[in-house]
Amino acid sequence: MTSLPQQTGKQLGLVIDLDVCVGCHACAVNCKEWNTGGVAAPLTDINPYGEDPLGVWFNRIHSYETNKAGKGTTVHFPRSCLHCAEPACVTVCPTGASYKRAEDGIVLVNEDLCIGCKLCSWACPYGAREYDYDAGVMKKCTLCIDKIYNENLDPADRVPACVATCPTSARTFGDFADPNSAVSKLVRERGGYDLMPEMGYRPTNKYLPPRKKEAGEAPALAPIMESQQAGFLGWVDRLLSSV
Amino acid sequence: MHPAFSVIIFTTLSGAGFGLLACLGLCAIAGGLPDNQPFAFVSIVLALGAVTIGLLSSTFHLGHPERAWRAFSQWRSSWLSREGVVSMLTYFPALVFAGGWVLLGRSDGIFALSGLLMSVLAMLAVLCTAGIYNSLKPIPAWHNNWVLPNYLALSAMSGILLLTALAGIFGYATKTMYAASLALITLALICKLAYWRFIDTTPAASTPESATGLGALGTVRLFKAPHTSENYLMKEMGFRIARKHARKLRIISVLFGFVLPFLLLAAANMSGGVTGTGLSVAAVCLSLIGLLTERWLFFAEAKHVVTLYYGRRLDAKTH
Repeated sequence: MTSLPQQTGKQLGLVIDLDVCVGCHACAVNCKEWNTGGVAAPLTDINPYGEDPLGVWFNRIHSYETNKAGKGTTVHFPRSCLHCAEPACVTVCPTGASYKRAEDGIVLVNEDLCIGCKLCSWACPYGAREYDYDAGVMKKCTLCIDKIYNENLDPADRVPACVATCPTSARTFGDFADPNSAVSKLVRERGGYDLMPEMGYRPTNKYLPPRKKEAGEAPALAPIMESQQAGFLGWVDRLLSSV
Repeated sequence: MHPAFSVIIFTTLSGAGFGLLACLGLCAIAGGLPDNQPFAFVSIVLALGAVTIGLLSSTFHLGHPERAWRAFSQWRSSWLSREGVVSMLTYFPALVFAGGWVLLGRSDGIFALSGLLMSVLAMLAVLCTAGIYNSLKPIPAWHNNWVLPNYLALSAMSGILLLTALAGIFGYATKTMYAASLALITLALICKLAYWRFIDTTPAASTPESATGLGALGTVRLFKAPHTSENYLMKEMGFRIARKHARKLRIISVLFGFVLPFLLLAAANMSGGVTGTGLSVAAVCLSLIGLLTERWLFFAEAKHVVTLYYGRRLDAKTH
């Protein structure tokens, strides 16, 4: 059913720390690796070794630079499905292939029902859905549903592939419905925010802003210390400076 | 947005077909349809043919056309599903109406009521088509109050143009038909111009700053794209047309879709007879060119907010 659940039991999602992300793309690569063998498999690549490769990825890493009166910051920005509380990608689906799970809030596609009309991808402001031209169906992040509930794995490994692989721990997985979970605490302490709140989709995933740079920072290319010449030249320097 | 050929054909043809059905139904309830079998047959075949070809065409862009029937199931939430359901429902009164008018030569009583129901459902189907686009918040050029009046007015306009030409061919054109044609062309043109003015002057609510949430750090610029070649998102949502072409295409659309048909029908109204019929047929053909251009622009000019992540601004003057 494409009607949305009134409320979800758990509200599983990610917190992404933009202060820590180094833009290494490891999360995207491990996502591709896990999911091309998981429930949404394959993540088809067309012409993968050719001039113009085209493939399905659930995670894309952008890098932005900001500019405020000449002062800039580089921010690496992973972008994937936000598992919104009000996902229009689900309600626009004419066949019931797209759905939001009542038990944990994960947004999924049933590929056997998908007619490949692409309307869900039009309805997503975040570009979370990518069409598989080969299979003729829409694909998207499953929050590694086949990993996080997999009892054959060590409990520590039951996190999404992107979270497991991040070398800087920029990604945290957890239940936002639980106010004491690690993700809820991070959002409270670090001012976690929604992307494009004006769309009204109420994303589950939150982003943590880059921390403020320390005050009193030295301006770029300023001399670290005044040179103190010794000897005759130093005497001339001191003499001329005092005149 | 990528202007898929099948969707352009679908919305234009089914819009015209539904428009013609609506006009025929209203004529029937007003008691204005003549008992003329060839006229009835050609009108019905043309209207239902346009609707059917349009609906079939819409399935060509699907990844799995053989599963298209599943699209009737989610009418509670999905405008696309509603469009499918209402389109199919329209066939029932349309076939009853057609049976009465074509086979029995009657368009009164139960057949007139079927005609009325057919008119209502046909316009509801067009409303659902508009609803699909209107409901998409990430596309500001579609998520506004001008989309629905545009679709309804353009559908009604193409319907009355077709009816006037057909009535002319079979010798039943009336002053009222010409007047209605001229009025609907004017109304549709006003809707279209107001739509263009709206999308040209409304500032975008979403920016690269709101998309990334980094506005506090200053203006946001894409420094490094996530991938070196185009992905699905860029192919589907990142369609670009040169601004100068958009302007030229708008002129073509206004000229062929509205201005020339208006002049031709005004002339046809005065001349009448065979010349008048010829002019009304020409008006239909020209308007089809104009409307296809208009529909192409409706897609090509619409920008999706996901392109903000790829370094674009929605209200930038260059596409």
